[in-house]
Amino acid sequence: MATAFFVIIALMLVVYSVLDGFDLGVGTIHWLIGRTREERRVVLSAIGPVWDGNEVWLIAAAGTLYFAFPALYASSFSGFYLPLTMVLWLLMMRGISIEVRSHVDDPLWHNLYDFVFTLSGALLTIFLGAALGNVIRGVPLDADGYFFEPIWTTFRVTGSVGILDWYTLLIGLMSFVTLANHGAHWLALKTRDQLQQRARRLAARLWWLVTLLTVVGFFATVWVQPKILENYLTPSWGWLIPVVALGGLGGMAIFGARQKDLAAFVSSSLYIAGMLGGVAFGMYPTLLPSITDPAYSLTLANSAAGAYGLQVGLVWWILGALLVIAYFCYVYWMFRHRVDGTGGTHQ
Amino acid sequence: MDSALAVDRLQFAFTITYHYLFPQLTMGLALLILVLKTVALRTGDERYDDSARFWARIFGINFVFGVVTGIPMEFQFGTNWAAFSKYAGGVIGQTLAMEGMFAFFLESAFLGLFLFGERRLGPRGHWFAAFLVFIGSWLSGYFIVVTDAWMQHPVAHQLMPNGTVQLSSFVALLGNPWALWQYAHTMSGAAITGSVVMASVGAFYVLSGRAIEHGQRFLKVGVIAGCIFSILQLFPTGDQQGRMVAKYQPVTLAAMEALFTTGPGAPLVIIGQPNMDERSLDNAIAVPSMLSFLTYRHWDATVQGLDAFPTATWPDNVPLLYYAYHIMVGLGTIMIAILLISALLLWRDRLTTSRWMLWILMLMLPFPYIANTAGWMTAEIGRQPWLVYGLMRTSGGISPKVSAGNGLFTLLGFMGMYTILSLLFLFLVYREIEHGPAKPAASAAH
Repeated sequence: MATAFFVIIALMLVVYSVLDGFDLGVGTIHWLIGRTREERRVVLSAIGPVWDGNEVWLIAAAGTLYFAFPALYASSFSGFYLPLTMVLWLLMMRGISIEVRSHVDDPLWHNLYDFVFTLSGALLTIFLGAALGNVIRGVPLDADGYFFEPIWTTFRVTGSVGILDWYTLLIGLMSFVTLANHGAHWLALKTRDQLQQRARRLAARLWWLVTLLTVVGFFATVWVQPKILENYLTPSWGWLIPVVALGGLGGMAIFGARQKDLAAFVSSSLYIAGMLGGVAFGMYPTLLPSITDPAYSLTLANSAAGAYGLQVGLVWWILGALLVIAYFCYVYWMFRHRVDGTGGTHQ
Repeated sequence: MDSALAVDRLQFAFTITYHYLFPQLTMGLALLILVLKTVALRTGDERYDDSARFWARIFGINFVFGVVTGIPMEFQFGTNWAAFSKYAGGVIGQTLAMEGMFAFFLESAFLGLFLFGERRLGPRGHWFAAFLVFIGSWLSGYFIVVTDAWMQHPVAHQLMPNGTVQLSSFVALLGNPWALWQYAHTMSGAAITGSVVMASVGAFYVLSGRAIEHGQRFLKVGVIAGCIFSILQLFPTGDQQGRMVAKYQPVTLAAMEALFTTGPGAPLVIIGQPNMDERSLDNAIAVPSMLSFLTYRHWDATVQGLDAFPTATWPDNVPLLYYAYHIMVGLGTIMIAILLISALLLWRDRLTTSRWMLWILMLMLPFPYIANTAGWMTAEIGRQPWLVYGLMRTSGGISPKVSAGNGLFTLLGFMGMYTILSLLFLFLVYREIEHGPAKPAASAAH
């Protein structure tokens, strides 16, 4: 039962990364793609109707984590106290900047919120990537299952570590580039003419960087956390996950070159899903490794909630997920057209 | 302020108090907008649709601020209250996760369609979008109230060998008797905020002569709804809530009333200042025997005073609890009086010409916000010194490794952030009200 919730939470985080990932990516490249105020308005309208629903995946994933693995929730949220609180501030800035920009028709006002939107989006991608890096590397858990990390210490991956070290920064950079690329694919899919051309060009250039970082990130991860390969040593269906990631990487290049925007965006989504899924498969059944003593690691066995609660939770979760899929299909269907410069098609 | 416990408590109190300024209007307006849309749909009266559009613009701004200030609430259970989360997550994690799956997704999916999709959806489709936004926001309220009700009156759990509590009955958790009355009381309070804000803006438009016709409609809907809900707030919801406290948290009731000594025919205090050194109430004005009657429906029933309980079980800030409770009840009573008289004037068709009453209605805008805040303070300070009533002390629930210094850093950060948000909110809402109900102030497009 705990395994079911491991899969569910991993799935929710993958969906969050794919969906809100393009919102954040659009934020990151907002100033590169939109050169004028009007163009930036169009860029924003490409995520306007969906960003809030996409962000809910993070809230819902955190809630599900809370009830399924309370010990992990308590330990990780208090251990990552400072960066997590900063993520909250950045999420506030991101949401506010999207929503209030249109309320006042003034160049200064627009520039201010375009800037806040870009800054918060870019920082969020780095923070969320660094958080993933911390979970892979492991944290200094004590015998009670708690830890506290300052934001940085020596930038080394052993000893008294901080949130930021060379490895977590690398994963943060990888997340930044991957999501910028993902956002470019989304804009190529949702915009027209010049904006679309720019987005396609940017995605084509970022592809090389994504590929390079995939290779560097892979070797760095194996070096920092060799155990992540253990689950791959025996042949299983899990091997398919990295294949999906590589397929997505290839698909981005192939479909991007042929200007098949939807296929390229789907490839980018599969790449993200494959990379995150590959990590989750490698970690199982560990949830948060300890770098002080492997015995202190948080696992499915020592973190899961009671069996009855998990059973009830599975029933309502499936029911809820079916409803959510229906809402998302409906909203994305209503918003299926490309946005343009004439006031947005989602009106 | 140099202890982590004090900082954690202050940060939660500050962020939740600030956050709840927004959802109470969201939930109240969601209902009233649905009323306006329903009238428009049934009568075909375009003017009700115009009014609904104006309030939808205010609603949209308010909703965004509610969303962004709400995210930190769920996360703070983990960041600042890790020991509590580890202990009780198996129970209250259920309702918090359900809020995400059943309420937030619903709201976020249909809010955009409600705000920007009127032309595309048509009248019936748009009414339905308004209905789903209403359902989403009121469901969200239920899951949160169930979570708080479990902390007030823990049911449906069992203690495990590893020292945590786990869920034992899903139905009993969602049907917690404490939650049912608390939910009715909370939602009625939110509806009062929506009604009073609507009536207050209506009074402003009529007094200033700007949009008299719209103002009159706002007054009508706001006063009638406000009158109904302010009475429901007192009876039966407030009354039943009070009896629930008397039954399950008798020491809290004694502290709320600053009743220091046990005795028959306990008085209901209207005003007075608790004196903790003398254990008495200074300058008290009280209605004799009224508390006994309200609590037990019997004029000379004995009500337990604070002296019946060990000091260690008293709420840790009796005067603040006492004031919060009395401010809530006092303002609630004043609002009932104002709204009843307004409703009477409305019925006699004299409300729009009674300028003195319009002034009162316009200026009463802060009352429901203060009363709702004071009500939550009563519930949460009244629960002290417990985090989970009878099971876990507040001091035992904080994150063991988050220091006071790091906590203060984020508390100050939230204060700075919320100061800016407040200015931004007031600026945006002022612009909408200043511009009036005629047409959108700016393009509603993103």
